[in-house]
Amino acid sequence: MTIDWPAFTPGSALIGGLMIGFAAAFLALTIGRIAGISGILGNVLPGAPAGRPGSGGERGWRIAFLLGLAAAPGLAAVSAVPMPPVETLVDWPWLVAAGLLVGVGTRIGSGCTSGHGVCGIARGSLRGLVATITFMAFGIATVFVLEHMLQVPS
Amino acid sequence: MKAIAAFLCGLTLGVGLIVSQMTNPAKVVAFLDVAGRWDPSLAVVMGSALLVAFAGFAWVERRGRPMLGGDLAMPPRWPVDRRLLAGAALFGIGWGIGGFCPGPALVATAGLSIDAAVFTAAMLAGMAVANRLGAAAASARRTFSREPSDSAQ
Repeated sequence: MTIDWPAFTPGSALIGGLMIGFAAAFLALTIGRIAGISGILGNVLPGAPAGRPGSGGERGWRIAFLLGLAAAPGLAAVSAVPMPPVETLVDWPWLVAAGLLVGVGTRIGSGCTSGHGVCGIARGSLRGLVATITFMAFGIATVFVLEHMLQVPS
Repeated sequence: MKAIAAFLCGLTLGVGLIVSQMTNPAKVVAFLDVAGRWDPSLAVVMGSALLVAFAGFAWVERRGRPMLGGDLAMPPRWPVDRRLLAGAALFGIGWGIGGFCPGPALVATAGLSIDAAVFTAAMLAGMAVANRLGAAAASARRTFSREPSDSAQ
């Protein structure tokens, strides 16, 4: 393992991470909900299970949350925070495959990086911890195969 | 009031992802590439987020109810079942290929990245398909009134 020191940005990672953790704690404290993006997004899409937190009165806060998320680049643009570049390493067909896998996987697995990785682990959830270890392991294995065995990314 | 709290949460989370550069897939893949030139930034993001979230959730549990009223709707902490493992595995593979997870994908799309929009469109389709499959599975379970037998605990 070689650490890429010039690429490592511990300062901005620390500040950004604190903001993410604060946001998760804030939502739980104010309205008692998990700030899990796949759950919030998936439950406003067609076919979401009814009767669970997702129907009726739950829709408003979910939409508001998503609007806040979408407003973030705008706020960054008018403040001193530069929006980092969005550099993808693969072509569109790969991105489509990746999007489908992330969409299906996060719904079947009931969460993503925010819901399992931040909220789940923070509240001592075994499901959150195991899910996080699992998607990290599969993410690392996938990058290893693509970058070092198939050399797919350009 | 609840909508304002949720908006502010989404905004703060989104700015946090931008500040920490997690909206850049190349940086996420550089974290997952432990055998190459490894960028540990994502670990710092997660560690610091957990620090604050841990304190926040401990406070929430002590209070027992949210500040703006309503109920505390927290998902079950266990059991670990096959659905969880299979879903997390599929998510991990997609995350490794694209370098996007749902939050950064939405923020980068809102930041007018075409690549992120392509990924996000596919992700929304995947979520809608999984919703349909889940609804079908739930209705099948009701029909046969059996419980999933793959629970670990």
